[in-house]
Amino acid sequence: MVINLFSWIKRLFKKKKKAKIGIYGPPNAGKTTLANRIVRDWSGDAMGPVSHIPHETRRARRREDVIIEANGTTVTLDIIDTPGLATKIDFHGFMACGMEEEEAKRRAKEATEGVIEAVKWLEDLDGVILVMDATEDPFTQVNVTVIGNMEARKLPLVIAANKIDVQTASPARIRGAFPQHPTIPISALEGINTDQLYKEIAKRFG
Amino acid sequence: MSQNKNNSQTNIQLDFISEGKLAQMAPMEKIRMLLDEVRSGKIVVLERGLAPDEEAKLIEMTMTEIIPDEFSGIEIESYPIEQNTSFLRKILGKNTTKTRLTIIGPADQLKTIRKDRDMITAIVTK
Repeated sequence: MVINLFSWIKRLFKKKKKAKIGIYGPPNAGKTTLANRIVRDWSGDAMGPVSHIPHETRRARRREDVIIEANGTTVTLDIIDTPGLATKIDFHGFMACGMEEEEAKRRAKEATEGVIEAVKWLEDLDGVILVMDATEDPFTQVNVTVIGNMEARKLPLVIAANKIDVQTASPARIRGAFPQHPTIPISALEGINTDQLYKEIAKRFG
Repeated sequence: MSQNKNNSQTNIQLDFISEGKLAQMAPMEKIRMLLDEVRSGKIVVLERGLAPDEEAKLIEMTMTEIIPDEFSGIEIESYPIEQNTSFLRKILGKNTTKTRLTIIGPADQLKTIRKDRDMITAIVTK
């Protein structure tokens, strides 16, 4: 009886280890590839399709209760794979990828709705994994805005410097740009260094 | 468009907005003003930039105004925000982030060439 009461009180005051985490970044940074990697590694499933054409993810997708164990810590996450953030969307860009005009315009329209959805999710998260393409300049406005919002709200953020399997990748450039946040070089596509990312996720979001 | 025809030259207007003027405006008022300026073809330079949540709102509002072949969005560039390390602000629980200079323009006219922590290189085209 006493032991049961003790366990009940312990459970009551135990830190809740469930966090709602958004995967953010510009289009084609590898957000859905990373979301698929995480969900496959820890629940044997996948989140959504990927494509080389920007704005493939135009609706946020949520996967609940993904349990990650790393560094002796177990953390339960609700993972939200968000559409790529952008300040401009021109349907001509999709036509350059081989789409017909009508299809390109429809995709552009859906992409604008996706960006709005991604921005709205920012207000309802416990933390963010910001995916940056390590072959690109890290000082994009999307990165600056996401980091600024997380810092203003004092919420944890982990930067995934993605695409290190590409020869021109420079995770050091990302680390130098945002030294105040942990930056983990990874290849979501090849699964390189994801163990390190999981350790950081457990540490920051646990 | 705010391109003023003057002796066959086409000019582009740049508006430099002081920190004081922005501070007097409500967040939605700022965003509406910025979008109206940019949609009319002007380049706007903000002395102190927008708060992070205002930047996010500006992106959101921009998306609602995109029209194919008419308005494809904005180019916005600002330096990463800085943390105000003042001990007094921290113990008083005041906002410790400092926003910095920001340039905003129509996506089809303002192009960023290069950006790092302390320098933005951009070109403006007609």
